[in-house]
Amino acid sequence: MTTNSIFSAELILPATGDAFKKLDPRQLVRNPILFTTAVVALLLTVLLAIGGESLSTPFQAQLIVWLWLTVLFGTFAEALAEGRGRAQAASLRATKSELQAKRLIGVGDAYEMLGAARLARGDVVLVETGDLIPGDGAVIEGVASVNEATITGESAPVIREAGGDRSAVTAGTRVISDRIKVRVTQEPGQGFLDRMIALVEGAERQKTPNEIALTILLVGLTVIFLIAVATIPGFASYAGGAVPVAILAALLITLIPTTIAALLSAIGIAGMDRLVRFNVLAKSGRAVEAAGDIDVLLLDKTGTITIGDRQAGAFHRLTGVGADTLATAVLLASLADETPEGRSIVALAQGKYAIRTSVLPADAEVIPFTAQTRISGVRTLGSLIQKGAVDAVLRAHRGVGQTPAAAELRRITDEIARAGQTPLAVARDGRLLGVIALKDVIKAGVRERFAELRRLGIRTVMITGDNPLTAAAIAAEAGVDDFLAEATPEDKLALIRKEQQGGRLVAMCGDGTNDAPALAQSDVGVAMNTGTQAAREAGNMVDLDSDPTKLIEIVGLGKQLLMTRGALTTFSVANDVAKYFAIIPAMFVALYPGLGVLNVMQLASPESAILSAIIFNALIIPCLVPLALRGVTYKPMGAGPLLARNLAIYGLGGLVAPFLGIKLIDLAVTGLHLA
Amino acid sequence: MLGPVERGFYRLAGIDPEAEMGWRRYALHMLAFQLATLLFTYAILRLQGVLPMNPRGLAGLGADGAMNTAISFTTNTNWQWYSGEAAISNLSQMLGLTIHNFLSGATGIAIAFALFRGFARRQASGIGNFWADMTRVTLYLLLPICVVYALYLIASGVPQTFVSSIDATTLEGAKQTLVMGPIASQEAIKMLGTNGGGFVNANSAHPFENPGALTNFVQMLSIFLIGVGLTNTFGRAVGKQRQGWAILSAMLVLFVAGTAVIYWQEAAGTPVLHNLGVAGGNMEGKEVRFGIAASSLFAAVTTAASCGAVNAMHDSFTALGGMIPLFNMQLGEVVIGGVGAGIYGFLLFAILAVFVAGLMVGRTPEYVGKKIESREVKFAVLAIAVLPLCILGFTALASVLPQGLAGPLNKGPHRFSEILYAFTSATANNGSAFGGITSGTPFYNGLLGAAMWLGRFFVIVPTLAIAGSLAAKKYTPESAGSFPTTGLLWSGC
Repeated sequence: MTTNSIFSAELILPATGDAFKKLDPRQLVRNPILFTTAVVALLLTVLLAIGGESLSTPFQAQLIVWLWLTVLFGTFAEALAEGRGRAQAASLRATKSELQAKRLIGVGDAYEMLGAARLARGDVVLVETGDLIPGDGAVIEGVASVNEATITGESAPVIREAGGDRSAVTAGTRVISDRIKVRVTQEPGQGFLDRMIALVEGAERQKTPNEIALTILLVGLTVIFLIAVATIPGFASYAGGAVPVAILAALLITLIPTTIAALLSAIGIAGMDRLVRFNVLAKSGRAVEAAGDIDVLLLDKTGTITIGDRQAGAFHRLTGVGADTLATAVLLASLADETPEGRSIVALAQGKYAIRTSVLPADAEVIPFTAQTRISGVRTLGSLIQKGAVDAVLRAHRGVGQTPAAAELRRITDEIARAGQTPLAVARDGRLLGVIALKDVIKAGVRERFAELRRLGIRTVMITGDNPLTAAAIAAEAGVDDFLAEATPEDKLALIRKEQQGGRLVAMCGDGTNDAPALAQSDVGVAMNTGTQAAREAGNMVDLDSDPTKLIEIVGLGKQLLMTRGALTTFSVANDVAKYFAIIPAMFVALYPGLGVLNVMQLASPESAILSAIIFNALIIPCLVPLALRGVTYKPMGAGPLLARNLAIYGLGGLVAPFLGIKLIDLAVTGLHLA
Repeated sequence: MLGPVERGFYRLAGIDPEAEMGWRRYALHMLAFQLATLLFTYAILRLQGVLPMNPRGLAGLGADGAMNTAISFTTNTNWQWYSGEAAISNLSQMLGLTIHNFLSGATGIAIAFALFRGFARRQASGIGNFWADMTRVTLYLLLPICVVYALYLIASGVPQTFVSSIDATTLEGAKQTLVMGPIASQEAIKMLGTNGGGFVNANSAHPFENPGALTNFVQMLSIFLIGVGLTNTFGRAVGKQRQGWAILSAMLVLFVAGTAVIYWQEAAGTPVLHNLGVAGGNMEGKEVRFGIAASSLFAAVTTAASCGAVNAMHDSFTALGGMIPLFNMQLGEVVIGGVGAGIYGFLLFAILAVFVAGLMVGRTPEYVGKKIESREVKFAVLAIAVLPLCILGFTALASVLPQGLAGPLNKGPHRFSEILYAFTSATANNGSAFGGITSGTPFYNGLLGAAMWLGRFFVIVPTLAIAGSLAAKKYTPESAGSFPTTGLLWSGC
């Protein structure tokens, strides 16, 4: 869906119906300002019916119609915002209702069929090719490719397997090959799918802290204006006159912040919706607001700052080792290495160093890489070739660390690290041969992004497992503000705590189970959808595309939400000035003719002035609906210029617009002889 | 030097000055103290007829009058429905009223300190100790300045005597009784503590209260002295003096604009008089010794700063010239404002302004390192809503009820302005009168008393609540993304 579909007929028609349904007082009372408007409209309707006013009936009737329209425009705005998510929710709900589970019973693969809704936490289900996964859970046996298009909209299948960081599966996604056993980890009715339905529908929407504060301010303003308007009959009676209730009502409704009150919930719903469209699920509106407040971004180096895979840049040989000797050893050690890094080493050896070998000898025994040894290699033709982390290789052979060769190796690796590259040591039968330099490739444009964030006052910290020298070089090249090298999950958690202690809000993203504590601790924790169930539970947002760079955009969306609220509030409050100039002279000019000078807009008559103000007050709501739903234009810049810009547009604009608008409406009202 | 005195006080009263109070406790102790001193003054005023130091033999005040005056001085308003020289004995002046000039000023400053602590402290539960604040402000700030100030006034010719009056023979040969008394000591704190209650009815237009151009100048300076100083105290308390300067600049923008309008209007005079052939500015109700410029400036200063001392009759100002003092007060006395009250009132507005405008930079609004959230907004709105409630509500009441209409001496819109001014002055705790209104009736004494009480404590208690809520918060460090609360845009708006 694109943004220009906001006003498509299929959204507007149901929203119009819902706008009337939302007039139900029990719903309306959630919005105190609209509720007040409705009460006033009702009061005037009754007064007209019993004929208790001195004004002409057509004039009163028009006022009443516009007051009801003000309320309806408000409920319509909310209904329209909700409607955008409704279609998506409907298809999700259909998926959910057809879910069937094969629950395993006893031993072996015996299972019973039952509706997914009856699954309990801890049940183990079998999912075979073509089945939909019935509940959120972790794969405990098998490997399968899964199509997650229902959730992510991305039809390319992903691999899910038992153990490791890719074990989480989501209800409603389809297994397209193989079979897996899944242990259900969700409570019935509280799965990812349920959460997503509630979210896109906006049904579970709680007011966010900031929204509550703003509502308090708006209610406060309403009370103040209520007091002020309530005292006017006293002042009028002092001057020997009386002001009809309908006129007082018109003044009250134009002064209370109806515009922002009508749009407030639409802004919140649309803000969440933008995130959903961006394929990020926020578990609460609070998290979206917190995203706008972020001071520190923790970014994983790999995949966010650098493209995921390092490339072999050069081989450095130690004194006395021939170039071919090293390149051949490196090639043999890497031929079985299917990682992109390994392939880049092979390509370098075969290309630049022109080693012709392309298959391993028949007797080759491959030693795979493990996290414990941090060394891989091959045993062939009677010798053992190893490559791996420098300290691991040095430690693998007793006594090697003290040789002159080791000293030379260290000197070379330090140089490589200082250049921001990662060294891998190569040895044959315990003799050090040289070093492979792997270089990180920094993503295009990240430097500019970080500079942008700096202007917003956000500090970026790069998290990497690299050694400090390499990390420093990459950090400098990428332009991040700080880095955390040789980072363990505990280090990450400690860093977040330290920043929070200093009053800063921290955002991060992560996918592994060991990221879960840090995700839970951070103010905005974005879990990758490909990650483990533990990570997805711990974060307060889930990125369905599993793209860590999106953290930066999420911050922007949070800011945009807050800015939209602030801008429309400012606009709404600034509108009042013109309304004073329209209504006060109209109200009192008969009693104090001198107040005629305040009629700066030269409105035709007191009736037309009041009608024009109330019409403007109502029409401004639908006029601002697109802005409320799309959000104000967000440009990354410092707070000072941003404030100046928004004050000029929404403050000054809010001051001037109603003068023009009311004058134009007055011309139309007079021209059509409505007043 | 005064250290032993301070410690002596604490020992005498059994107070531990280091004991931190939460905002509720602070508010409770503050209110209890106000109530006690209010009743004390009420008793003195009622009983002054039988108490000593009453050389003019004045009778005790009526119940409504005594209550109104007791509230008036307790709330730093110093609204005076009576003529000081004709109704208040020396004992009442010195003991009943002057102590409030000190204590109400000290209370305002104490509340401001409590709020400053709210901004400055991090994750704290207390906002200071009310008794320690009161003692220190009175002992180290108000008393020393007042002693020097009173001596200066005496040197300038302000009487400080227990002689109640002297008789003089005027040039025409008529006998005139000149009321005298311990004026200088009361005059000093009247200005410094932005109290404004004069010893005599003519207030600072009287030569005994304000002998000449230099004392007039010094009086204006002393009205602003503490209020201006507190903006800097705030800046220092939150560790950024620029924040204090920003507040002062914002206040001065409003002050200079207001003063310019008054002077422009008063100097231009009224078209009615011009048509009668009287050229020049509006001198009606002005002391010839001061003239238009010094009177306009004094009016702006006294209404900006919640002092309420006057050196001219505001009632006789031109229409727009009289509107500015009204406007200054209706802002809630935040342009410099009363001692302490000005800065905490300004900070309430700052909280709301930051909240709305702060959202526009895309962050949860924060002010000097503290996030502004629903609790702060709620209490700030509550405090500010008192202004329209009392000013408009009571004015509407008085302008329809016969008792209300009986007060003012004029008719028409001018009478309305007089009523509006009275309730504005009371609610804003200013105390200056437009004049032209007989307010010593039970109706006005009661309603104005209520306005003064509500206007004072229904602002102070929410302010303390905000202080408590802020003190408990973490400090949010400033960054390029924070809403800027220094600089032109902030001060100018």
